[in-house]
Amino acid sequence: MSALPADDVGGPAQPLLTVRGLLRHFPLKRNLPWQPRAVVRAVDGVDFVVRKGETLGVVGESGCGKSTTARLLMHLIAPDAGEIVFDGRVVGGNDLPLREFRRQVQMVFQDSYASLNPRLTVEDSIAFGPQVHGLAHRAAVERARDLLARVGLEPRRFAERYPHELSGGQRQRVNIARALAVQPRLLILDEAVSALDKSVEAQVLNLLLDLKEQFDLTYVFISHDLHVVRTLSDRVLVMYLGRVAELGATEALFTAPLHPYTGALLASMPTLDPDRRTTEAPLAGDPPNPIDPPPGCRFHTRCPLAEPVCAQRVPAIDLAAPHAVACLMHEPGSRHSRAGTSSEKRTEE
Amino acid sequence: MLAYLLRRLLLTLPIMLGVALVCFALVHLAPGDPLVSVLPPDASAELQKQLMALYGFDRSLPEQFGVWIWRALHGDLGTSIASGRPVTAEVLRAVGNTLMLATMATAIGFFFGALFGFVAGYFRDSWVDKLASATAVFGVSVPHYWLGMVLVIVFAVQLNWLPPSGAGPGGSDVWEWNWEHVRHLILPAVTMSVIPMGIIARTVRALVAEALAQEWVVGLRAKGLTDFGVFRHVVKNVAPTALAVMGLQLGYLLGGSILIETVFSWPGTGFLLNSAIFQRDLPLLQGTILVLAMFFVVLNVLVDLVQTALDPRIARA
Amino acid sequence: MSAVAAPAFERSPGYWSTVLRRLLRDKVAVAAGIVVLLLVLMAIFGPYLTPADPYASSMLKRLQPIGAEGYPLGSDELGRDLLSRLILGARLSLFMGITPVLFAFVLGTALGVLAGYAGGAVNATIMRTIDVFYAFPSVLLAIALSGALGAGIGNALLSLTIVFIPPIARVAESVTAQVRGRDYVEAARASGAGAFTIVRVHVLGNVLGPVFVYATSLIAVSMILASGLSFLGLGVKPPEPEWGLMLNTLRTAIYTQPWIAALPGAMIFITSISFNMLADGLRSAMEVKQ
Repeated sequence: MSALPADDVGGPAQPLLTVRGLLRHFPLKRNLPWQPRAVVRAVDGVDFVVRKGETLGVVGESGCGKSTTARLLMHLIAPDAGEIVFDGRVVGGNDLPLREFRRQVQMVFQDSYASLNPRLTVEDSIAFGPQVHGLAHRAAVERARDLLARVGLEPRRFAERYPHELSGGQRQRVNIARALAVQPRLLILDEAVSALDKSVEAQVLNLLLDLKEQFDLTYVFISHDLHVVRTLSDRVLVMYLGRVAELGATEALFTAPLHPYTGALLASMPTLDPDRRTTEAPLAGDPPNPIDPPPGCRFHTRCPLAEPVCAQRVPAIDLAAPHAVACLMHEPGSRHSRAGTSSEKRTEE
Repeated sequence: MLAYLLRRLLLTLPIMLGVALVCFALVHLAPGDPLVSVLPPDASAELQKQLMALYGFDRSLPEQFGVWIWRALHGDLGTSIASGRPVTAEVLRAVGNTLMLATMATAIGFFFGALFGFVAGYFRDSWVDKLASATAVFGVSVPHYWLGMVLVIVFAVQLNWLPPSGAGPGGSDVWEWNWEHVRHLILPAVTMSVIPMGIIARTVRALVAEALAQEWVVGLRAKGLTDFGVFRHVVKNVAPTALAVMGLQLGYLLGGSILIETVFSWPGTGFLLNSAIFQRDLPLLQGTILVLAMFFVVLNVLVDLVQTALDPRIARA
Repeated sequence: MSAVAAPAFERSPGYWSTVLRRLLRDKVAVAAGIVVLLLVLMAIFGPYLTPADPYASSMLKRLQPIGAEGYPLGSDELGRDLLSRLILGARLSLFMGITPVLFAFVLGTALGVLAGYAGGAVNATIMRTIDVFYAFPSVLLAIALSGALGAGIGNALLSLTIVFIPPIARVAESVTAQVRGRDYVEAARASGAGAFTIVRVHVLGNVLGPVFVYATSLIAVSMILASGLSFLGLGVKPPEPEWGLMLNTLRTAIYTQPWIAALPGAMIFITSISFNMLADGLRSAMEVKQ
């Protein structure tokens, strides 16, 4: 890794982002004041760590809480419980006020058109962020034009255009430039390439890889496209129904997944390999409702290896392990038939 | 669904209370002496005090409000200062007349408005559309009190076909369903119908054009449905909103009839309002505004409920 | 970047110039616009355009017909030249039509944006209060307010402004709430911008357009209501020339000089329909975006 960026505080060994016990519930509207209120448990206790300079992929079905987690990371929504630590400093605390945090973490959204104010020119959109943080207008515009060039859009052709005149891929490049304008260290990409045509997607992904090198960035890459995640990520986080299911190095996770859900996800990846035909769906049933999640391990209702103990006990996840998983089968002493006793140690890659 | 209805009804109560409050405040912020129309200018202070106490004007405002509301809930809206008759009786009688006028006007307006709107929406951008749309714009832009005057000039003064004012021969205000009386209804109702006609025509045109552009119409045609069949589907689609707009227009006409009633000397609530204002008859003014406003609120809720019942998309859990 | 003159940046026409171009292509709107312009000019230069003194009355020359000697459009019930009064009347009538809408636009938008952006309790308080006023039919509210406050231009302006604030605020709140949920506002929040900056840069630009278009459609209504108030004796007081008031005082003349009595109303009608068509054209020009 090249020299650390100027705002680095804790050195290369310190994780860039540590998330502990992140929780966020959304109450639903009720018709009459005496009816009990239903609650969507969107993010229900999430822990993970993002290392400096890595790309962490985040995968899961719709409704698993990926996007809510992204917004919680950015503090666009306030968490109901839990803590986010950025480079050793608690976000929102005295060491790291929100405004400063917001300069160091940025996000690129899925909908490239909705992410840009239709009334502002491209360069004004990009220059907004730096100006908020004190840069003078002219300097901000200069930086905006420079970034446009770096994302592959010629400033002369694009700087004074409006978003509706650009194609989807071009707009997403603008969004990336906008995110980079405040010189962040962490970039959260929430399905950033999902809405693009495949060929354009490839170009934008390559751009992202280049920029990561150039600017010394760390990425959190949220996607439902497992192929892309495999290509881009160093480690992968699998989420299910508001909780972390598995977290490990990409290749290890893809070749030997520990959590049955991960296994099912990978098995459902479409492939052109004629030897790997999918004749039946790897997972039965619909994803349960985040309003009323199953007790115990949330996946047990669809898990082919579930046993009665899975409905009674919530699996714990050990983040210190290089390949962490929240499943009773891998928890020694959990009374699942496949788990060892607490004295045995599992060998992991 | 039931829960939604209950909720909607519950929400109406604070609004009704607010409306009553505004009614009360409106009238009591009027400068000037409330008894000026009744007291002779040289009345003694003693007499003044007596009358003030009689009408309750000597109590504090919140107290007056409370008393007024309480009595109103029991149907007693006080006594008119100018005429000495109970307000409730006067208002109810006037409301009957206005309701008749407004309903007739809304019916005419809805009929023609829907007709023009449908025609315009179906034959979009043709000369028929342009004509119908022009009529709609006319309806919305014309000052209806002026139109009333013009119609009076043409039909009453010049042609002498219809009477220029009043609700019955000889200015009587006792209604009967005979031609003698209905003659008096025609001009004011037609005049009043122009605004709802314009608004409904516009709304229906937009709705019909939008509905015809939808993909399910193409699907229906592909199934082999005749033009008439498609027409019925479009009607079903457009009806809830059109009826809602009609209901709202009825409410507006009820509340806003004063101008037409002034032109035609129609003995309705508008006319009553007019005299109450100029005679500074506070109890009558308060009572009339309250009744009219409440009608409007209730009408709004009804329209809402009917629309929800007809269009399941609107009701949300 | 070199300091030598580089070729100019490609830029596209801004939003409003596109709207203007589209508006100019709409013949009906242009015609309406010309009429509006003429009326505005008439209002501004009124005193200089009147052929006779609008206040000079003559008991002998009351209710002269159209085309009478010295009275091209006849005279009113006090013998004043109607043409002059109609011309001068444009001032007050247009003023009473536009001013309340203008004030309501400023106040209503401020309230609506505040309610729409802040959300929560602030929104509930503001919008529920507005709902109470919205629960009155507008004509009734205008007349009740005017009746309570008393006749006179100032009171009429006040009551009309109050009548128009709720609908404008509602539209503003609705659009603001929509805009607030969009990704670019979230991105702006993510950049660390404060609420005022976000509203100024991102929200206002997207809200003012639709609210403005709605407000323009209210001008005709305001004119008719204001004239209606004067017609009832609640607005402008005599001897000021105002079209609605003139309709009122000439009412008794419908039996003797019907067409004279109808003239002031015709002016209101022409003004109202022109404003409406202009507003319609503006709405179409703004709608066909993407």
